Amino acid sequence: MLLEITDLAVEVNGRRVLKDIDLTIKEGETHVLLGPNGSGKSTLFMSILGFPKYKIVNGSILFKGEDITRLTTTERVKRGIGVSFQNPPAIKGVNLKDLLKVESGQDPKEENLTSEMEELSKKLKFNEDFLERDVNLGFSGGEVKRSEILQLLAQKPDFTMFDEPDSGVDIENVELLAEEINVLLDKNKKPGQRQRSGLLITHLGYILNFVGADMAHVLMDGKIACSGNPDEILEDIRKEGFKGCVECARCVTKS
Amino acid sequence: MLSVRDVLQKAEKAKKRKAAIGSDIDIDEFIKEDKKEHETVDSIQDVPKKVKDTLLKVGVDTSEEERAGSFLQMDQSNIYSSSISDSIELMNLEIALDKYNWLDQYMWNVVSPDGDKYTAQTALREQEEGTKSGYFIRSKPGTKEVFPMQACMFIGDETVMQTAHNIIIAEENSELHVITGCATGDDIASALHVGVSEFYLKPGSKITFTMVHNWAEQVEVRPRTGITIDDNGTFINNYILTSPVKTIQSYPTAYCSGKNSKAIFQSIQSGQKDSIIDVGSRVYLNGENSAAEVISRAVSHDESKIYSRGHLAGTVPEVKGHLECHGLVLSDDSLIYAVPELEASAANLEMSHEAAVGKIDEDEIYYLTSRGLTEEEASSMIVRGFLSMDITELPPELANETKKMTDMSLEGM
Repeated sequence: MLLEITDLAVEVNGRRVLKDIDLTIKEGETHVLLGPNGSGKSTLFMSILGFPKYKIVNGSILFKGEDITRLTTTERVKRGIGVSFQNPPAIKGVNLKDLLKVESGQDPKEENLTSEMEELSKKLKFNEDFLERDVNLGFSGGEVKRSEILQLLAQKPDFTMFDEPDSGVDIENVELLAEEINVLLDKNKKPGQRQRSGLLITHLGYILNFVGADMAHVLMDGKIACSGNPDEILEDIRKEGFKGCVECARCVTKS
Repeated sequence: MLSVRDVLQKAEKAKKRKAAIGSDIDIDEFIKEDKKEHETVDSIQDVPKKVKDTLLKVGVDTSEEERAGSFLQMDQSNIYSSSISDSIELMNLEIALDKYNWLDQYMWNVVSPDGDKYTAQTALREQEEGTKSGYFIRSKPGTKEVFPMQACMFIGDETVMQTAHNIIIAEENSELHVITGCATGDDIASALHVGVSEFYLKPGSKITFTMVHNWAEQVEVRPRTGITIDDNGTFINNYILTSPVKTIQSYPTAYCSGKNSKAIFQSIQSGQKDSIIDVGSRVYLNGENSAAEVISRAVSHDESKIYSRGHLAGTVPEVKGHLECHGLVLSDDSLIYAVPELEASAANLEMSHEAAVGKIDEDEIYYLTSRGLTEEEASSMIVRGFLSMDITELPPELANETKKMTDMSLEGM
């Protein structure tokens, strides 16, 4: 098992926002997290990542068999967890290039990026001038998403969480992003040989046309209401909205 | 223009006058060293290795590569001065005064000898003891030397009171770049530095003046600077202080007297330990269509106190000015006191200010930890980013050099 979440409950500012979460993701699997706005999708991401604001009041998170429930974000990231944010903050004076050097484990004093990172930057349509820009400062929606994916490619995590990687991105660029997301998820390898895993939040499910998922989970009011085949669940949601999922909450199958 | 007698009279009257702001210093606690105390060196390369390394930290490169010349004052002694460029004259002030009889009229013209006891004491030492330390730099008319002149004020002896009087003249349509570093030997427990600098920008000229300070923890610093800018002249002042100091108080004042004259002050201050840093920039917009910009970034660590001042005074219509002060308070025991002042005494002018003091945004720290940095690494990266503002209007040669100097200062933080 790569990620094993058991009976997780999380509080933010003293308010319970997640409860009874059980979620298991194997090596090489990609899961999708669905649910209405405010159901706790991003909260689950931040809890797995270990941001201090998200207090784990019950349950545990195991990563590669190790209990990481009490570890700091940095320690979790060092063990192979990565995330692409939906709305990352802009940081004045910290440019994308310097950040990429740190993320790819390069000496920040070196003038140029590694040839691998230079190539990946070009692939994601960032030129030399863009890399010198302060990270996320005045980036367009699409530029934010591409920069997030580029940073993850530098980090090479074993488990990557994607928060709405396709929102605000035009069709042409969704395909470009999907291609790199597939790299991060070992999709270019045969299913049996895939090592890296992911969890994806998507609103519209459009990205799933390009990134295959093994399992979907629907989060309702801080609880996993149902889990199952992504196509079937998406089909239901498209037809009936999330209302159907409430009824379905009775037939929750723990994977 | 003040006669020698006027200067002496004024200085005599003001020799005990406290400065308008900043803590008062008992000048009698310090030793007045003779101007011949340290021997001159034939080459700037001849200074001890330890001094060389310290100089490099404040941007003064003893290899003199990509420099137009160098000046070095050790305590009260001018131990080296040499100009490499044909466009710029550089010499000790005393020699310059002997050489040019017209230079008198530039003495104490834009900094007043009776400003406070620091200017007064400097003037008295000049007149009474004949101690005319400091440099004279003059760019010849119509010249544009891209490489900077480098000057260093170094304190090497214990409890000295270093005084310097610098005269910088950019002749008509010339361009002059100066890098000046001030530093202290690392075994100095106490000292006082008083530097009087007077800048004269003739029509169409441009001066960039980049100063890096690297004093010791027990050094008191009182620079006194005045700048006068004629028609179409541009003065750019960059100031970087990231190392501890006991107290520093300075309030350089530019007079934009000429048509279309312009003054830009950019400063980066990082308060360490129990430093008290009181640095401001003041511009009088007296010339038609003149403009000013004062930008500062300050961060306070430990028990430091930073007073970040700015004062723009518009006295004629159609002038423009902007003040910007951003600060990060990084320790509960530290202080940032932003004092932006706008003074408008004519109609139809445009002046604004923007001051923001706060803490590091937690979301920025968390974002960086999610990329594998520790919280400490993340905040240090954010603070460095905050301080590393783009210094504008420098030629590319100097822009790189200035960036290097800033990076080096921030690294040493």
